[in-house]
Amino acid sequence: MIRFHGVAKRYPGGNDALRGISFEVTQGEMVFVTGPSGAGKSTLLRLIPLLERPTRGSIIVNDVNLATLTRRRIPYLRRSIGMIFQDHRLLPDRSVFDNVALPLVIAGFEHKEAQRRVRAALDKVGLLDRERSDPATLSGGEQQRVGIARAVVSRPSILIADEPTGNLDPALSEEIMRLFEQFNRIGVTLMIASHDHALVERLGHRRLHLADGALA
Amino acid sequence: MRFFTQHLSAAIGALGEFQRRLTGNLMTITVIGIALALPAIFILALDNLAEVSQDWDGTPSANVYLERTLSEQEQTALLSQIDALSGITRSVLISAEQGKTTFAERTGMAEMLNLLEQNPFPAVIQATPVNTLNPDEVSALVGTLADLPGVEDVRLDQAWLQRLQTIVDLASRATGLIGALLAIAVVLVVGNTIRLDIENRRSEIEIMKLIGGTDAFVRRPFVYTGFWHGLMGGMLAWILSAIVIAVVARPANRLAGLYDSGFALSGPWLADGLTIVATGVFLGLVGAWVAVTQHLRRIEPGEGT
Repeated sequence: MIRFHGVAKRYPGGNDALRGISFEVTQGEMVFVTGPSGAGKSTLLRLIPLLERPTRGSIIVNDVNLATLTRRRIPYLRRSIGMIFQDHRLLPDRSVFDNVALPLVIAGFEHKEAQRRVRAALDKVGLLDRERSDPATLSGGEQQRVGIARAVVSRPSILIADEPTGNLDPALSEEIMRLFEQFNRIGVTLMIASHDHALVERLGHRRLHLADGALA
Repeated sequence: MRFFTQHLSAAIGALGEFQRRLTGNLMTITVIGIALALPAIFILALDNLAEVSQDWDGTPSANVYLERTLSEQEQTALLSQIDALSGITRSVLISAEQGKTTFAERTGMAEMLNLLEQNPFPAVIQATPVNTLNPDEVSALVGTLADLPGVEDVRLDQAWLQRLQTIVDLASRATGLIGALLAIAVVLVVGNTIRLDIENRRSEIEIMKLIGGTDAFVRRPFVYTGFWHGLMGGMLAWILSAIVIAVVARPANRLAGLYDSGFALSGPWLADGLTIVATGVFLGLVGAWVAVTQHLRRIEPGEGT
């Protein structure tokens, strides 16, 4: 599903974020990427939807070698991957419903079908009653769940979450992680970056531990 | 169908954005309207003038001004002398008194004329040459007329028609240049407005690209913003030029009347208006395109964070 082979990323200025890492995540797996901040967790995840290009090595996602993807094809790669961010990345001037509907609007879904899917996604994250709300009026945990609904609404086969619980208290964090496990149970492949070792350990999924840009 | 609905929603979305920043957008539209109205007004006026010279039947006629000292008999003698010239088909004598009366009738300045001790108008013989003469023969004929005793001056009315033609040519060339400069101004104004728009919506654009929005999708609302600006600016320009021409038409037509011309300032008609609006839309789209290609590509979710 996701295969890294000798992937290195050097930022301008000579900062090596990743130093030649190789791993494979198979379909339906739920994998945590752990390690101290600055170890390269975010960089690793950002390479998968080509938010960044690797300096070296090859990445294969859904049997496609990302090196062969032209700029024009990148949007279609991103549509097949749901992304969740620590800072939610919601549009503040649109309702919860419109935020979640955005991937479907972009993909050109028919209105009725889009509406149905948005409701289903909001229902799954337990926010169906907030669809008309302004994101700013929601709590941090609720905003994150809107972000998750947006990531899953187009039913991608891969979900990527970068510190999704970074700003949440332990109870809410656990709640979010349980939500991810539910998606995993229906066959979605997940890669989640987290520095919350205690929580990750408790959940007991496969772990990729990064230290100073290398797998440990 | 999907293509159509996506465009429709982008167009309506852009209109929504438009009214969210109403004041700024209205100012942009006003600038576009004025910038388009100015050349439009000049072009319309010149079109009207060009029609005057086209309406002309092409036969010049010479105004032969007679010396004031000539008696009535001498004037009539001169008339028959001119009438007898080969190359002249028709000649009419307009006495000084007739000239004064006609002028007074046309201008309503009879009282002012009465203040003058002396009739300022000379007697004139209007001589029409045969229309087969070439310009050289016409000037030779003018020379002959001027050399006749008792003739003060000869004016070929074609001369001022030619002058008018030249002025129109000059003015339309200047209008073309100014119009081109103002068109560039419109493109830049729209481009700049959209550049600011893009900056204001930077995070929105990033998010769009993050979740798989194609360049075309991200570009579309901004291109439609340019379209709306151009459309509304063009309509404003149409209204402005119609107002200006309506205000100016009356005195202009009066002035034309003084020159004994059938010229009547009119317009802008539907076709002119649609041309103005289409020009606005075109320039708006060009401006949007310039801004979008320059700035949109630079915003990538990969940068920064």
